Amino acid sequence: MGFKSYCFKKSLWVFHFGGASCNNCDIEILDCLTPRHDLERFGILLVGSIRHADVLLVNGSINHHDKERLIEVYNQAPKPILVVAIGACGCTGGLFAESITFAGPVDKVIPVDAYIPGCPPKPEAIIAGIVKLVQKA
Amino acid sequence: MAADIFYFLVFPGLLFSAIAGGFLSWFDRKVTARVQFRKGPPIFQPFYDFFKLLLVKETILPKHGSPLIFLLAPVFSVFGATMAAVFILLPLFNFTTGFKGDLLVIFYLLTIPSFSYIIGSLASGNPLAAVGGSREMKLILSYEFTFLLFIAGIIMKCGQQFDLHSVILTQQASAPFIGSVSGVLLLIVGIFCVQAKLALVPFDMPEAEAEITEGIFIEYSGAPYALIKLTKYIMLFILPSLLVALLMSGFRFDGIHILWSILKVLGIVLLLTLIRNTNPRIKIKQAVKFFLIWMNLIAFIAIVLIIFGY
Repeated sequence: MGFKSYCFKKSLWVFHFGGASCNNCDIEILDCLTPRHDLERFGILLVGSIRHADVLLVNGSINHHDKERLIEVYNQAPKPILVVAIGACGCTGGLFAESITFAGPVDKVIPVDAYIPGCPPKPEAIIAGIVKLVQKA
Repeated sequence: MAADIFYFLVFPGLLFSAIAGGFLSWFDRKVTARVQFRKGPPIFQPFYDFFKLLLVKETILPKHGSPLIFLLAPVFSVFGATMAAVFILLPLFNFTTGFKGDLLVIFYLLTIPSFSYIIGSLASGNPLAAVGGSREMKLILSYEFTFLLFIAGIIMKCGQQFDLHSVILTQQASAPFIGSVSGVLLLIVGIFCVQAKLALVPFDMPEAEAEITEGIFIEYSGAPYALIKLTKYIMLFILPSLLVALLMSGFRFDGIHILWSILKVLGIVLLLTLIRNTNPRIKIKQAVKFFLIWMNLIAFIAIVLIIFGY
């Protein structure tokens, strides 16, 4: 394992893209950063600008409006960028898969590196997903 | 010449102050985490962040903007911070530069990082960066005069001497300035000026994370952002060191005094971190009022007390 990839793994900065979400996944993502499951001990920070991000967290079902914005955000991100789809809606479409406004799960729009299923996934599940992502990266 | 380049690049310039500032940045984040009952990042976290940004990430240039100035601004900011580090740390480590009047040069060099952030943010062509840049300008206008009064107070207190080394020697010969009423008032003023210069939380409106998403740094990615991080680390080390030099009789390197020297810097950084963690972000209007009225008033009172010998 090289020095570069070691530094990259130790300092993943996260940008959070919420699609047409019901906000449960957003709350669980915030739970990961708060005292009980403190993700900063692995160097993970929530950043406000996509230019600083290493990981793009996408949750919620992606509808036609979100699709253009998600592609734009993905193109604006500095590479290498890892994409994580969170929750049933992000991974497969979940409840909204048959909906008329649904534009496909996240992996139909942009390439996805890790899936964290659940409705909503527990913070422990999100941490497990992040660990698998770090091992893959 | 070779010695000057060594001073600039290795000790006490770029390399030394960046490493020390990196550890202070970890200390700041760790204390923040402990205040919020979290565990906090590992000790090498600032270095992982820096090398990740420098070596791994791609640099994206803004479409509407001036790429050359956008890329040069972080270089200027690192240059200014490193020059200030050399001028502050050489007297602290007991090298005489023989330059009478370096306090004023330090005052000017410490403004270079802020100015280059403004230039870089306005060159990026992003509206949120422009908002951040104009806020940074107003912040500079409000705290710079107070900082000048603070330095003027120190100069008057040690008998019209304009160089840092004799300020330190004056304190080491008698007593540190912090031990008097005017010294305590000057410390209050100095701490808030440093807080605003570092853009820590009560005064972090230029880079308000939740509001304008990092503001002045919003378009930076990759290596230029790594240089900005480097500037922040260096500033986090040299500004507390400057306060230690001006008010707490500097560093000493005989026996147990090494420990006290380190603890002085850590104590100032701890104070800054605690102020940052217990305060909300204020509006730019409130910051201007805070500095122009209250901090200037305290600085004036301190100067009057110095004239009467307290």
